Amino acid sequence: MIAAPRNGWVILLTFLLALMLSAIPLPEYVEWGRPQWVALTLIYWVAALPHRIGPWHAWVLGLLLDILQGSLLGVHALSLAVIAYVMQLLHRRFRMYPLWQQALLVLVLIGTYQMALQWAQSLAATGSNSLLFLLPSLISTLIWPWLFVMLRSVRRGLHVS
Amino acid sequence: MILLLSLVLMVTDLLWKPMAHYRGYLTLLVTPVQWLVDVPTRLWMGIGSELSDRDALQSENARLRSDILLLSRKLQRIDDLTTENARLRLLLKGSQRLDDRVMLAELIGVNADPFIHQIIINKGLRDGAYLGQPVLDENGIMGQLVEVGPYTSRVLLITDSQHAVPVQVDRSGFRALLLGNGSKQELQLDHVSDTADIRVGDLLVSSGLGGRFPIGYPVAEVTEITHDPGRPFAQVKAQSRARLDKSRYLLLVSRREPPLLAGPIPDRPAPTAVASDLSVSAAASSAASGVAP
Repeated sequence: MIAAPRNGWVILLTFLLALMLSAIPLPEYVEWGRPQWVALTLIYWVAALPHRIGPWHAWVLGLLLDILQGSLLGVHALSLAVIAYVMQLLHRRFRMYPLWQQALLVLVLIGTYQMALQWAQSLAATGSNSLLFLLPSLISTLIWPWLFVMLRSVRRGLHVS
Repeated sequence: MILLLSLVLMVTDLLWKPMAHYRGYLTLLVTPVQWLVDVPTRLWMGIGSELSDRDALQSENARLRSDILLLSRKLQRIDDLTTENARLRLLLKGSQRLDDRVMLAELIGVNADPFIHQIIINKGLRDGAYLGQPVLDENGIMGQLVEVGPYTSRVLLITDSQHAVPVQVDRSGFRALLLGNGSKQELQLDHVSDTADIRVGDLLVSSGLGGRFPIGYPVAEVTEITHDPGRPFAQVKAQSRARLDKSRYLLLVSRREPPLLAGPIPDRPAPTAVASDLSVSAAASSAASGVAP
């Protein structure tokens, strides 16, 4: 039933793009609302191919993000792995949802992700003192439908499985 | 399993000192990503310089020529003054002030997290950069290296809330600690008594205490002083001289003297700050976390 893995490079490429997007410099006022590209892409691929992408992939990805952003090593790794784990549990329901309901779930997931990040950053004494750090999860929610449709057409067009 | 692994990683990163060096090597993994991100900017700048017209180039050339003239006139006087200064110091049996060696670096990335003020530059271990090396732009001190990889390194800017620079007021010699507070250009002076000799517009230069930053480079300008009777210290705000968010070309200063102060400390007028001196070396040498109030 499960087809042999095909076109894995597409997944790698989208993750690479997501990493790049999360490192591109932005003006200060936009920076606060930068969508969590890596987490969004990860959510999509786990929902679409839960048998291929799981917590371990997420963990490695998060480690790269940690190195890229210079944050405490393991913070992004752990939070992304948690997201991937929850997504693997939920993926059947997630696929049945209409887009807006998916977006709500994405809001919850990315909100938790950011809370975890914030918590870990305050360990290293670089936390924020306002609730503005939750803004990216809202923006990510708004972006989710577009990203979903785009990645789905990529996946179908290139027969990634 | 993942949880355990992550926790172990976090703890090593937090508590194990040599990790700072290994992190430098870990950056090799993401160096390609950083280069790729920088490609559009470089392309754009490349196109810009290819397409700039003759008139603009000529006028720029003329401006640069006149700048060189002005600067070289200043330099003639500086040469003279330097030798005179060295001779006087010799007479006083003081330590010689050594010239700093400078390396040009280029900005290739900015940290995406708005809470962390860090930038990435294109010089690393291969070029002789080292952990804790001071970074300047043409106007003043920008920060120091906190992570050095083989090809790239990470600069902690002076505005980051984890950063502190020991400074002194250029006019009066009053010494204090300049802390970053997490906003993009603004800094604050720590533990300044209400009676300290400091005014709006004063230039703050690095004092060289703590042994991390070279002495005498401009850091910031005082913009606002509030005396609140309800507080033990005056609130002093300052604006960084370096254009932290605009400079693309930076200077890495390496010192020939050992990192900690060698020889006698040169005489300084009127040391008034007592409270801050104790914390100067500790805060500056480790950029200790949690120094911000």
